[in-house]
Amino acid sequence: MVNLLANVGVWWLEILQRVGRGFLFFIQILTGLPALLMRPGLLIKELYSVGVLSLTIILVSGLFVGMVLGLQFFMTLSRFGAESALSVTVNLTLLRELGPVVTALLFAGRAGSALTAEIGLMKTTEQLSGMEMMAVDPVHRVIAPRFLASVIAMPLLAVLFSVVGILSAWFIGAGLLGVDSGSFWAQMQTSVDWYNDAMNGIYKSIVFGIVVAWIAVFEGYDTIPTSEGVGRATTRTVVNGSLAVLALDFILTSLMFGGI
Amino acid sequence: MEEYIVFDDVHFSRGQRKIFNGMNLAVPKGKTTAIMGPSGTGKTTLLKLIGGLLMPEQGTVHVDGKSVGQLGHDDLFTLRKSMGMLFQSGALLTDESVYENVAYPLREHTKLPEPMLRDLVSMKLEAVGLRGAIDMMPSELSGGMARRVALARSIALDPDLIMYDEPFTGLDPITMSTVVTLIKKLNDALGITSLMVSHDVAETLSIADYCHIISDGKVVVSGTPDELQQSDSEWVQQFLQGRPDGPAPFHYPTAPIAEDLGVKHG
Ligand SMILES: Nc1ncnc2c1ncn2[C@@H]1O[C@H](COP(=O)(O)OP(=O)(O)OP(=O)(O)O)[C@@H](O)[C@H]1O
Ligand SMILES: [Mg+2]
Repeated sequence: MVNLLANVGVWWLEILQRVGRGFLFFIQILTGLPALLMRPGLLIKELYSVGVLSLTIILVSGLFVGMVLGLQFFMTLSRFGAESALSVTVNLTLLRELGPVVTALLFAGRAGSALTAEIGLMKTTEQLSGMEMMAVDPVHRVIAPRFLASVIAMPLLAVLFSVVGILSAWFIGAGLLGVDSGSFWAQMQTSVDWYNDAMNGIYKSIVFGIVVAWIAVFEGYDTIPTSEGVGRATTRTVVNGSLAVLALDFILTSLMFGGI
Repeated sequence: MEEYIVFDDVHFSRGQRKIFNGMNLAVPKGKTTAIMGPSGTGKTTLLKLIGGLLMPEQGTVHVDGKSVGQLGHDDLFTLRKSMGMLFQSGALLTDESVYENVAYPLREHTKLPEPMLRDLVSMKLEAVGLRGAIDMMPSELSGGMARRVALARSIALDPDLIMYDEPFTGLDPITMSTVVTLIKKLNDALGITSLMVSHDVAETLSIADYCHIISDGKVVVSGTPDELQQSDSEWVQQFLQGRPDGPAPFHYPTAPIAEDLGVKHG
């Protein structure tokens, strides 16, 4: 019994320690950001590998999610003779929720896991220590550009996801199921509020970008330097990143759109 | 004689295991000092303490008059610019070519134009006999070649102090003698302080000015190579001649094997 209590205590202490290290690490990253302005090349390279290389999965997912939304909403709405509301429901769902959230989940799986594995492997093979001994701070040189690139890429990808989703819902609704195309766009203009809906969605994905990127680079940097350690860190990035996104989404939604 | 590195009563542990237990050591400026000792005694740890990659739990490590543990972030990185370190694993950046690896510290800390950079890198690679590998990737190199590239990189900034962690492992006899000559030349011609960890007794004794043998978290014997060879300590003789039996244990400390195998002493 005493043993059990002691174990639980140790477990909690370890978690607290990790969280503490995580916050210190976050501050270290932030101090590394200004120097990046002097070396845009580093950032552009990471924007490519984090952002451009994630385009395929984001666009294809946006396409299918939009088509499914178009179909499902049409079927439900048409039961009440409200097919004309298709535009509003699809647009709001994508801009407020699915765009930012699904993008963040896909991003954690595609780019986040790759970041963790890359950084973790660099640590395991002593490349990070090697940099330190060359008087190059790996947090500034390796971590900060990857972090910032992720934070920039996330909202852009989310916007693309929503745009592709809306277009493919329009294709299903107006193109195949007979909803009036003109009213689809007209409704979008009248009922989607630029600030309330679109911008709030973008704020959400900026927050998701910060959190997912932070988890990914921290897990990589804090890896136990073994092959198993890297594997576990990668898994943790995807699991913790996704859970954090979903939990934060609830909090942000209730703050932004009220209701609670 | 001026001292470049001073360990004063340094304590350091990994988990439960005490690696250094009141370590005292002085490395003179401009000389080649060798550290020898059984595998796993903490030679690599010692170099990492000097570079500030690890911090002592107790005691101080002074490098060039500065206490490494007490330096702030920027001062520590400034100090590191005057150090080169050859890692036991090489620690090359695997996503960059050999050229980019050697050029890395130069790019980060100098503003040399590209052609000059190329010349400098070629010279450093020439010194380790690998100018022909300049455009290869680290994954295409053999173990010994990778370590020579790492050596070229560690001398790229012309540091005041170079730490070599086992510079001779995995080298063929010809390359080995080239590297031995290179280390000697760097030390003689440029007055660099060298600190070398090595198991190759003959090579080490041939270029070192001073040797320290460490074991059990302390320096056991120190002296010039001649003094060591004439030492009448049985331990030192066993170590230098590589005899398996004697006072120095070959095994990492643990319970006797008989206990593990379940044999009872009667
Ligand atoms: N990252 C680590 N975590 C835990 N223990 C470690 C770690 N690195 C080294 N050790 C332990 O510290 C001790 C000293 O390691 P170190 O690498 O300094 O030995 P060494 O003298 O360089 O050995 P070798 O000659 O084999 O390179 C070893 O016994 C090892 O078990
Ligand atoms: Mg070692």
